[in-house]
Amino acid sequence: MAVLTDRPAPVARRRDREPRARANRFLGYAVLIFFGLVFLYPFVIQLGNSFKTEPDAAANPLSPIPDPLTLAGFERIFSGTNFPLWLGNSLLVTVLVTLGRVFFDSLAGYALARLRFRGRAGLFAAVIAVMAVPGVVLLIPKFLVLKQIGLYDSYAGLIVPLLADAAGVFIMKQFFESIPVSVEEAARIDGAGVFRTFWSVVLPMARPALITLTILSFQGSWNEFPHSLVSVQDPGLFTLPRGLADLVGGSLGKGNQYPLKLGAALLATIPVAVLFVIFQRYFVRGANEGADKG
Amino acid sequence: MATDTLAAPGTASAGPPRRRTGGIRSNENLAGWLFVAPVIVILGLFLLLPILMALWVSLTDWNGQGSPFTGDVPFVGGDNYSRLFTDDGLARRDFMTAIRNNIYYVALVVPVQTALALGLALVVNNRLLKGKGFFRSAFYFPSVTSSVAVSVVFLFLFANSGAVNRLLGLLGVDGPEWFADGRGVLHLVLGAFGLDAPPAALTSGGPFGLSWWEWLSGPSVAMMSIICLVIWTTSGTFMLMYLAALQNVPVALDEAGMLDGASRWQRFRYVTLPLLKPTTFLVVTLGLIGSWQVFDQVYVMSQGDPAKTTLTPAYLSYRTAFRDFDYGSGAAISFVLFLIIILLTLFQRRLMADRDGNRRGRWWRRRVPEGS
Repeated sequence: MAVLTDRPAPVARRRDREPRARANRFLGYAVLIFFGLVFLYPFVIQLGNSFKTEPDAAANPLSPIPDPLTLAGFERIFSGTNFPLWLGNSLLVTVLVTLGRVFFDSLAGYALARLRFRGRAGLFAAVIAVMAVPGVVLLIPKFLVLKQIGLYDSYAGLIVPLLADAAGVFIMKQFFESIPVSVEEAARIDGAGVFRTFWSVVLPMARPALITLTILSFQGSWNEFPHSLVSVQDPGLFTLPRGLADLVGGSLGKGNQYPLKLGAALLATIPVAVLFVIFQRYFVRGANEGADKG
Repeated sequence: MATDTLAAPGTASAGPPRRRTGGIRSNENLAGWLFVAPVIVILGLFLLLPILMALWVSLTDWNGQGSPFTGDVPFVGGDNYSRLFTDDGLARRDFMTAIRNNIYYVALVVPVQTALALGLALVVNNRLLKGKGFFRSAFYFPSVTSSVAVSVVFLFLFANSGAVNRLLGLLGVDGPEWFADGRGVLHLVLGAFGLDAPPAALTSGGPFGLSWWEWLSGPSVAMMSIICLVIWTTSGTFMLMYLAALQNVPVALDEAGMLDGASRWQRFRYVTLPLLKPTTFLVVTLGLIGSWQVFDQVYVMSQGDPAKTTLTPAYLSYRTAFRDFDYGSGAAISFVLFLIIILLTLFQRRLMADRDGNRRGRWWRRRVPEGS
């Protein structure tokens, strides 16, 4: 819009345009700031209210400034709930699931991209089909199979079903196909085996895709809720989202205890938020790639 | 799709066995299967097998005791399904209520999040504004957070004397008791026009066990708060899709429009918008697919209450199985939902494939926020 066009009487045009451009810019900023508030202020409220006393949070929910400032909510999170346990479980699940997904998805993605074996096309079609299965209809089925094979209510039941995902396989396959084939051929001619070539030659070149997959897996398994709902019922195996849902569901006893709940939700959000700030472009890439290709 | 892009001519993807024994490709058949084995085992065991097991259970009366695969479990055939559609009873009432609720939910979430995503993308894409990177991140951030954690925040925001009602109070509006208010928004609007009591013609009959008046309730006030939450969490993702598409819109086209004397609105309406059509289509269909899956937010915020007005098929199937121990009916509801979503997905893939032929790359499937 800054481009001046060669219309008649450009001078008059220009004088005419400048206030309009300024008005437009002002309007643009107003929209940005308004929606910036809409999207971020809830987090500000959450932060502020988690440091409030209960009466203060009830009386001034809009204010981000605690008056008086208290750590009581956070103290009760660590002394009065199983939060530390949930945190430990969430860390364990997230780390193992992320490692598993990155490794297994890369292996499968590489095979589907590069290795020529019988049934490859069919397998890839199956991966595509599996991606269309909506997770939410799998609640009862997953429960059934975990019960049947004796993994219900165990760490294994919480972790193993999440160790691979079709979308991750797909991401890795697409990436491996974009790497020039000559490098691996050279390694293979030098006598390296298939796994060796994959591990020491191809995988190091796949860093961007590996980072993307790591982040998606971390975020996905850290936030995962429905799976923990149908795979465990022992409170000792709750992950953070499950524990949080349980807090809201009334396990706290009397009162709303909003500062405590908001604080617990805040702590559960921080790891992904930190990851988001550091690796933002990888988060964005995931969505952007999609739109490009779609 | 595109599986064979790298296969050399003469090596079909099915793979002729051992063309050159001892060559560098000799052991690929075995290696290939070993490489994919972990994924096959995990997805087969925890995705395909369970679907088949649940299909069986949906044909039985299993109550959660013992194994559903012994002879003791009564086989009921299609009863669980017919109770959802044809038999008059509570099961059908609840299921149809859930379908109604989700239809209104979809009808509000999809258009609003699409429009908001497009609007935000247009503003963030404006070349004259500074600090766009920050705002882009701000709009996208809710999308990456835990659905449970943000549901907790929204419970606080929409509490009776919470932030939202305070804001409404500043505008002189007396906010409702969001999570206790099961009144339908359409009923309220009709009420505002003086239609307090439903006309008798609408209360007597209607399809699938709900009266026309019940079908026409609109989303309940409680559902509106969940709708707000979901729009807030998913618009950012779709904004990124629009942004990527906008960056591919040639500047020259806009300038040409300007030369022709088109107004800002005309340039948007007749130049930009048509170019964004594929993205709009993508965003709408992904929205449709995602919004039939809403579960986490309902579980945390309302559990289907008040008066079952936030019940959705996904939550109803969970509740039927795990609260009422009627696993057969729960599984049947899952499969009906499965069917709805798969039909939408096939519809989408079909149209996308028609449009872009063999182009590869569909990372976005992973990025659909569930419950959107």
